[in-house]
Amino acid sequence: METKAFQKIYTKIIQITKATCSLRASGVGYEELAMVNGRLAQVVKIIGDVVTLQVFGGTEGIPTNAEVVFLGKPPVLKVSDDLAGRFFDAFGNPIDGGPEVEGEEREIGGPSVNPVRRKQPSELIATGIAGIDMNNTLVTGQKIPFFAEPDQPFNQVMAMVAMRAKADKIILGGMGLTNDDYLFYKNVFENAGALERIISFVNTTENPPVERLLVPDMALTAAEYFAVDKKQSVLVLLTDMTLYADALSIVSNRMDQIPSKDSMPGSLYSDLAKIYEKAVQFPDGGSITIIAVTTLSGGDITHAIPDNTGYITEGQLFLRKDSDIGKVIVDPFRSLSRLKQLVIGKKTRKDHPQVMNTAIRLFADAAQAKTKLENGFDLTDYDERTLKFGKEYSDKLLAIDVNIEIDEMLDTAWNLFAKYFSKAEVAIRSEFMDLYWKGE
Amino acid sequence: MEREVKQTKGKIAGIIANLVTVEVDGPVSQNEICYIKHAGIDLMAEVIKVFEKKVFIQVFESTRGLKVGQDVEFTSAMLEVTLGPGILSRNYDGLQHDLDRMEGVFLKRGDYTAALDYEKIWDFIPLAKVGDTVAAADWLGEVTENVIPHKIMVPFKFAGKYSVKKIAAAGEYTVNEEIAILTDSKGLEYKVTMTQKWPVKIPIKTFAQKPRPFRLLETGVRTIDTLNPIVEGGTGFVPGPFGSGKTVLQQAISKQAEADVVIMAACGERANEVVEIFAEFPEIEDPRTGRKLMERTTIIANTSNMPVAAREASVYTAMTLAEYYRSMGLKVLLLADSTSRWAQALREMSNRMEELPGPDAFPMDLPAIISNFYSRAGFVHLNNGKTGSITFIGTVSPAGGNLKEPVTESTKKAARCFYALSQQRADSKRYPAIDPIDSYSKYLEYPELQEYLKTNISEDWIDQVLRAKNFLLRGKEASEQINILGDDGVPIDYHLRFWRGEVIDFVVLQQDAFDDVDKRTPLDRQKFLLETVLGICNIDFSFESFDEVNPYFKRIINTLKQMNYSEYESEKFNSFYSELQTIIKERK
Repeated sequence: METKAFQKIYTKIIQITKATCSLRASGVGYEELAMVNGRLAQVVKIIGDVVTLQVFGGTEGIPTNAEVVFLGKPPVLKVSDDLAGRFFDAFGNPIDGGPEVEGEEREIGGPSVNPVRRKQPSELIATGIAGIDMNNTLVTGQKIPFFAEPDQPFNQVMAMVAMRAKADKIILGGMGLTNDDYLFYKNVFENAGALERIISFVNTTENPPVERLLVPDMALTAAEYFAVDKKQSVLVLLTDMTLYADALSIVSNRMDQIPSKDSMPGSLYSDLAKIYEKAVQFPDGGSITIIAVTTLSGGDITHAIPDNTGYITEGQLFLRKDSDIGKVIVDPFRSLSRLKQLVIGKKTRKDHPQVMNTAIRLFADAAQAKTKLENGFDLTDYDERTLKFGKEYSDKLLAIDVNIEIDEMLDTAWNLFAKYFSKAEVAIRSEFMDLYWKGE
Repeated sequence: MEREVKQTKGKIAGIIANLVTVEVDGPVSQNEICYIKHAGIDLMAEVIKVFEKKVFIQVFESTRGLKVGQDVEFTSAMLEVTLGPGILSRNYDGLQHDLDRMEGVFLKRGDYTAALDYEKIWDFIPLAKVGDTVAAADWLGEVTENVIPHKIMVPFKFAGKYSVKKIAAAGEYTVNEEIAILTDSKGLEYKVTMTQKWPVKIPIKTFAQKPRPFRLLETGVRTIDTLNPIVEGGTGFVPGPFGSGKTVLQQAISKQAEADVVIMAACGERANEVVEIFAEFPEIEDPRTGRKLMERTTIIANTSNMPVAAREASVYTAMTLAEYYRSMGLKVLLLADSTSRWAQALREMSNRMEELPGPDAFPMDLPAIISNFYSRAGFVHLNNGKTGSITFIGTVSPAGGNLKEPVTESTKKAARCFYALSQQRADSKRYPAIDPIDSYSKYLEYPELQEYLKTNISEDWIDQVLRAKNFLLRGKEASEQINILGDDGVPIDYHLRFWRGEVIDFVVLQQDAFDDVDKRTPLDRQKFLLETVLGICNIDFSFESFDEVNPYFKRIINTLKQMNYSEYESEKFNSFYSELQTIIKERK
């Protein structure tokens, strides 16, 4: 961003921390952008004539006589159809060697949708993965994260979901992506020949961490352009939101705010909600669906980041390695899609809800039988059968390499029921039993 | 209230997120409302701290673009709601602005729409006569709002006694037309319309007395009504980790509870959940009136992406509307989801003002704020001998699912019913996930309620409930023993104990909120079900070996569940019932 003529240049910084610097200035608007020696910064605090700036690129090497110029506007993104197929950094500058995008300037982090102007989400997103489609069905306008350990293949699963979902646009917001993962996404998008549907805003681990704070807002401003102006269905992928929250805590820490749980800022819930709540279904067809990744440490979901996320998002998806079959599965116990009730049994076959619940209940019995086995107890005949069922259910339906239609998933489940259990053990409403029971 | 002529004015001196400091030129009061003049729009804010000439205000909007030196005008009024006919079936934001009347897809700063429809004509019927002596909240007349007899009352702000000088004849009026003239003891005249204002942070206390509540509030949710009932005018709270079914439970209660008016405060929660209410409530029929649920419902929506400062206001706005309808002698059900978000909003502000923090960085006075709020619910005798009630159920979202955190602990001290949602139950899809052993209803110990249950359900109802709870507890103990010692390491009787608990769990406690029949169980059916299930639990079935117990009880549970899915006393229901009797005879 170039400096214009007649702009006032300040050259006296009075305080510098690792993420912020302060100076005396007047006529400055809250959340306005500034350039500090060529680095982009944003106003985060004004007390009298002392203005505190959050410097996105970090303050390393910033001198007290640095040139500070205020730009008179909050962060913006130029939006137009030309965004499609492009890769940008956290500031919205192209990183793919292509030209600058021309278009209307929109403030990022803009206002919220009036709740009465939303529509209740009702369109199913099919992924082919039964652990998702059957047990945790996704719906357009939903927001849902993968809660995953850093070593799990969440980026692969997310890329797979993105490619199979029938979205008009897919927007990737990468925060603290390793360069390898960035190249992985780029590769997947290119190989699928889907590049013209994809827009990426990427902050890699090579970039300063505070820059990440801009990525979700950039991605969602682009998403709102396509969903509102173009009435398209947009899928936004945000990875990794834990690194985003870490960046928030760095800034709040430098501003001497009192930390709440797990040294996170007290406003973490609102900060995350502002992002996730951009997920929306509009009555005229446009929608924004958010699939995010929140990495866990040691599987701890009570940590402030996954905990606050769980309260905001409409469910969560857990990946787990099932040692019995040697594959990664979508954990049916801990995963949940809150919006599935809006589509299962309505957009899918009527027996879907009961089949889903029954299979999970029997899988829970299998887990219990397994504990019994491990503790050296004798197994009953029922236990033996649940164990066999559990293994087959995991392999044929929960594993992430499954790619079938939903009706086929349900039929597979009915086959497994009849193979291992009696009618009374399955205990599904009699009218569905009459229709689908595969045994005698 | 009209703004006063001599206003206090100020200029912005500092901005940190939604906390703004203002240098003022005159008197201000705590919690006074002021407006920031920004680029042709007024942004509403509330005074939360005063330090000499420096006033701290929390802005109910985004503060983006605000500058030091901008003008601020004070109103000398606290945050007030507008009360009058036309509140029902509205969707408000946290400050009682009508969301449906706002323009555009996105919320615009400073788009403050009116709470009531000032054009709408109401059929007014006078209830008071000229010469009557009246006081605040006495009924002057009535209009019909949807199906609710909406009383037009002497404004709550009127202190002392008044005499009715003039009352409008029956006929059509808008809310702002004069419907009565009252004179005070000095002979001064006061014009009364159908609307009035009231500051949300001050409880409306214009009732004669507040006795202990005694009447059961039927919710149709078996684990509540049967095991831990809530009463008209009672308070309860539902803490639970995410994914444990708080919202589904609250929505079930809001749809089914025996209330005249339902006020729902969606406080810092998901927008799609509010949209679900917007979409469903105008469609669902109220089983009691045959009209649509939305006609008796008001929604206060401050979803998690709406301004944080309005979150606190939203619960107070909801409570004040509830108090208004209670004063008309109505049964009001108030639901707030979730009070934790409100506490977090308090924490954010306290943090920005650099106050010394209490536990988990929450403000020190959090317990006092919560208990004050819960105390505004209750069953009351009005001055005219009629009764009204506010039953309040709040959800709490404990950080990390840990019930030892400050919001849960403070609420536990204030609320009388505790519905603990258990992660373990939710994980095994045993919904509603209310833990039958940890949860309690203090009202069950009230002699007033015990008397009511004896008269209205049956003489030995409470004994039966306690027996059911005992079976559940013994079932849990037996299950622990079996897990430690193994299926064949315990006497068969332990298996029987375990399965008796399971029958109660699967058949009485678990309820399918998405099944048309099962979702709502009327009290007489609950009585039948509990008696049937206890009847089974009391039988000493004979088994040769433990592995016969499991399949046998599974058949019993399956049959009872099929009954739960069938219309009460329908042909299908009766055939499952006789099937059940056959199964029971096999082993008796």
